[in-house]
Order: sequence, then structure tokens, then C-alpha cells
Amino acid sequence: MPGMSGRMSTVIKAKINKLLDRAEDPGETLEYSYQKQMELLQNVKKGIADVVTSKKRLQLQQQKLEQQVVKLDTQARQALSQGREDLARTALERKQFAQDELQSLDQQVAELESQQASLIEKEQKLRGKIDQFRTKKEVIKAQYSAAEASVKISEAASGVGEEMADVGMAMQRALDKTENMRARANAMDELEAAGAFDDNLQLGTGGDDIDRELHELTSQSQVDDDLAKLKAELGSGTTPDQPSLGSGEQERPA
Amino acid sequence: MIVRIATEGQYRLPDEDAERLNDLDNDAVAAVVADDEDRFHEVFEQMLDLVRADGSPLGDDELEESDVILPPPDTSFVEAAAEFTGEGLIPD
Repeated sequence: MPGMSGRMSTVIKAKINKLLDRAEDPGETLEYSYQKQMELLQNVKKGIADVVTSKKRLQLQQQKLEQQVVKLDTQARQALSQGREDLARTALERKQFAQDELQSLDQQVAELESQQASLIEKEQKLRGKIDQFRTKKEVIKAQYSAAEASVKISEAASGVGEEMADVGMAMQRALDKTENMRARANAMDELEAAGAFDDNLQLGTGGDDIDRELHELTSQSQVDDDLAKLKAELGSGTTPDQPSLGSGEQERPA
Repeated sequence: MIVRIATEGQYRLPDEDAERLNDLDNDAVAAVVADDEDRFHEVFEQMLDLVRADGSPLGDDELEESDVILPPPDTSFVEAAAEFTGEGLIPD
């Protein structure tokens, strides 16, 4: 079928039919077909569990990042109150980076949630079709001659088979997306292990790789804004919420 | 006529909708061939809307084979290009 003779619907139908053929060999016995349906149902459950696992992992990262944002903000204030603008700037850069990551995590968690909901809905639908198939095959066996039953059964089987193929496709798409997010979560864990969100801010050594990376990743102007805001807060005499941590060492000589 | 939106579900539509659906389908493929992403999404959305608005969802206890199957609603333009044009058609 060359060129553009195809409609979208024709192509997709062929694709589904191909999945269906694999799932539904006409020579298969009824019970075997039914068993395959139950297997798929189990797989869908596993797929949902995978999505939930990925979501939990991202949520854990969200929590960590939220804590880091608070911590880095406090550190920036402390650094500035000690006259260490360079340190304050680095802390704010890291805070900005963490906030950007947080934002993208929020989106991903929302997407996983909608995938989870849609897979659960699919599972219920498939379960309904399988139940129906089970009932129908018994009725057909009882009411029709062998030849008629075979036709009727194959009609019912193609109905449930199409549903199976469709659920399979939905699950595959959800898992592909989850896989991408998992890779991203791994990258985040590695960044964290490399100290991207480390509390020990050390400058003066010319900056490490992470620092350089941070400089590239963060929006410099946002950091400048934050720094100016912080300076205004700390310098305006009101000092609204002076960090309480390490207050005994505030006057450390530079 | 029974129409399935892949990964979403099946709908029962009046047969009169078939022609309109086919026209839109042709337009969608034409948009992909013309590399017109906006147009593709516009037409594809119209197809989905038509099915959802005119059709009534099939019950979980109905075992019907679809007459028409549309791609998943979240089909990207890149996917569409790979699926519906050139050598991507009916891949093995």
C-alpha cells in the first residue's frame, strides 16, 4: 500500500488487527483465548502498579526539592548577612535550579496521575468485556449448533480481542511515557548524588563542574532579582525574618 | 456504525456520519503529507469531537468489532507523520 492511499483510520485498524491476530489465533480454543484475556488483565494491573511506583518516586523527589529550596533560601540569607555575596549568589542559583526542576516535576506527576486514572478505567472496561465474553460463550455453546456457535464465538472474540489490543496499546503508551520520566528521575538522583543541591557551599576554588553547569542552567537575571530582593530585605533595617540558624557566628570575620 | 477512538473507547454513531468522518480523515492525512502540523491537529480534533458529540459510548457489556478505528487522541504530529505517510504505512 504505497504512498498516501491510506486513511488514518485504515492504518490504525490494520495495526489493531495485527495486534489482535497475535492475541487471537482463530485456531485457539475458547478456554485458551479466555485465559489470554485474564493474562492481559493481570498485565494491565502490573502496568498500573508501575505507573504508581514512578509517581511515588517523583513525589519523593518533589519533597526533597521543596526542602532544598527552603534550605538554600535560608543559606542565601545567612551568607548575605555575613557579607558573602558570592556565596549568596551560588545558593540562589541552586535555589533557582531546584525551583525549575520542581515545576517540571509537578507537570510530570500530574501527567502520571491522569495516566493512572485512564488505565484504571481501561482495566474496568476490559474486565466488563471479558465477563461478557465468558457469559456469552456459555450461552452460545448451549443455544447454537457447533457450526453456528463457532461463528458467533468468533464475533464475540473479535469484539473482546479488539478491546484487548486497544488496552495493550494504551498501556504501551503509558509505559513509554513512564519510562522517559524514570530516566529523568534517575538523572535527578545522579545530580543529587553529585552534590548539585549540597548544603556545603564552597567557593573560592574557581567553581566545580556542578557550579558551571548551574551557571548555564539557571536564569541569571532571576538570580540577580532574588539577590537584590534579599539585599533590600536584609539591608532595610527591618530584617523581617533573620535566619535563626547559627546566629552565634553571625559576625565571623571575612 | 461503531467507531473506536484508540486508547479511549468505542462509540455508536449514525451511519450518516461516515462520509464526514472519511472527509476529515482524508484532510488529516493531507495535512500530514503537507507537513502542516497546526492543520493536522485542527482536523484531528474535529474528528474526535464529531465522534464524541454524535456518538454514544458502548457499554462495557457490549462485544462489538469497530467499523472505524481512529488513532489515540494524544497522537503527536511526529507519530502521525511516521504512521500515515510514506514507508511508515503498514509497517511490519
